[in-house]
Amino acid sequence: MIRAENVCKYYGDKRALGPVSFEISDGETVGFLGLNGAGKTTALRIFACDLRPSQGSVVVGDIDAVKNPHEVRKRIGYLPEHLPLYQDMVVDEYLAYAGRLRQMSKSSIAKRMPEVLEATDLTEVRGEIISTLSHGYRQRVGVGQAIMHDPMLLILDEPTRGLDPVQIVEMRNMIQNLKDNHTVLVSSHILTEISETCDRLLVLGDGAVLASGSEAELATKMRSTSRTVVTVKGAEGSSDKDIAKALREIESVSDVKIGGSEEGATLFEIISGGEIRAEVCRVMVSGGHDVLQLARNHRELESIFLKLVRNEGATSASN
Amino acid sequence: MRATSIIYRRELGSYLRSPVGYLIAAAMLLVCGILFQSQALGKEAKLSAGVLSEFFRYCSGCTIGAAIALSVRLIAEERQQHTIVLLNTSPVRDAEIIAGKFLAALTFLAFIVLASFYMPMLIKVNGKITMTQVLVGYLGLILLGGAVLSIGIFASALSKQHLVAAAVSLVLIVVMLQLYPLGMKLDEPVRGVLQDLDLWHKHFGLSFMKGVLNLRDIVYYVAVSYFFLLLGTKTLEAKRWR
Repeated sequence: MIRAENVCKYYGDKRALGPVSFEISDGETVGFLGLNGAGKTTALRIFACDLRPSQGSVVVGDIDAVKNPHEVRKRIGYLPEHLPLYQDMVVDEYLAYAGRLRQMSKSSIAKRMPEVLEATDLTEVRGEIISTLSHGYRQRVGVGQAIMHDPMLLILDEPTRGLDPVQIVEMRNMIQNLKDNHTVLVSSHILTEISETCDRLLVLGDGAVLASGSEAELATKMRSTSRTVVTVKGAEGSSDKDIAKALREIESVSDVKIGGSEEGATLFEIISGGEIRAEVCRVMVSGGHDVLQLARNHRELESIFLKLVRNEGATSASN
Repeated sequence: MRATSIIYRRELGSYLRSPVGYLIAAAMLLVCGILFQSQALGKEAKLSAGVLSEFFRYCSGCTIGAAIALSVRLIAEERQQHTIVLLNTSPVRDAEIIAGKFLAALTFLAFIVLASFYMPMLIKVNGKITMTQVLVGYLGLILLGGAVLSIGIFASALSKQHLVAAAVSLVLIVVMLQLYPLGMKLDEPVRGVLQDLDLWHKHFGLSFMKGVLNLRDIVYYVAVSYFFLLLGTKTLEAKRWR
């Protein structure tokens, strides 16, 4: 377990973080969300024992990171925002170097290397010089050095920074796979990605934790409305207004908006007080309508995030 | 010690891989060779011991230049390329980082200095000098180089910029080279103290350069190296976990 208690970081008189307190259980994947300057990187650097907190305590496992940073460093893998890559080194030579720095023996490096190369999909480029690799591959090498010593805690600061959409999907899959064996802390600006990758979100703003919980929990805490989008091909003789009326009759639905039509199907946006996807599906099928697509509106996390950072719902979220 | 050896090997490898290491070696040997031909050998007849002494004078200047060039990048470059984070978040002590980098730079510098060995051999073939004189001179060059490297590492630990590190290093070395002439203008006991602290004149120019081996001079260079490596370690420590 990782525990932060009243952690603060000051640069001179300026407070960069805190006081923040939270706990992260073993095996959990936690996403740090926040605007630029919210304190995400500072918090991650403190966990990685790169920065010493000005106040408070950080405990990783049973070890106090302030009193015994070296012991904690052995148990942590850190991918910083700016990749710590030696451009002149070959990929597997660099990974072995990172492993040796983390006190791995030659034999354990030899055993671990194929696993890391496979997990990061670097096998093909293992003999390449790092400076010749694309940004996506460099990012993978960065992840490789962080997991080389099989740390209990993996800290990834903006792992998808500068990646193209394909590389973002690949990186997301890689993080999903790493979740099985590590406790993972991730920071990102991409809200949907955080939502898909993490079990829990920590929203930071102005150096403090504004809210913590899963996306659904945050929505509930924020008393936020849920938006569901459904694309329906109506039964013969039924109009869009009839379908909207049927949807409005579902409990907790406060509004239904009719969107555009295409190839005989119409998009409806349903605003409700909770999760209604299963009920929507039942109502539509029982009415003889075809459901072509049904999903929660991907902008929900965005609206929660904006509310939190604008301090609109700070009071309700802190409960 | 294990971390020192890991960092030592990586650093030495980076000198051998990068063109910078070869450029510094080539520049030093070229300048040293030209000075040997034009200044040490000269036109007029000289005693071979005098020629050897002149060779070590010019070679010491080249060694100082090469040591500055090799050392100022050692920590500053890690900061500039963000690779310092890898070291900072690994269970490695600051002293191990400094020691690994210093020993790698010293090894590479020793290779460069020893590559000039053919020049004193030319003097030996054509004149009357002993092998001991040559070896003592080279020991002095390596000790002097080590001291300059440690000053450069300290300067490198202070800054993220190579240029700033080079400027700090250069100022410190120039000041330490001028302590002897400065002491000449002052009275005892300040004169003696300043002359004892001088980086070149008393401990190299009056001893190693002339083939004279004094324990005092060895102790001086080892102490200067240790002092600046300690300063470098403390600087790194202050900037690392804060």
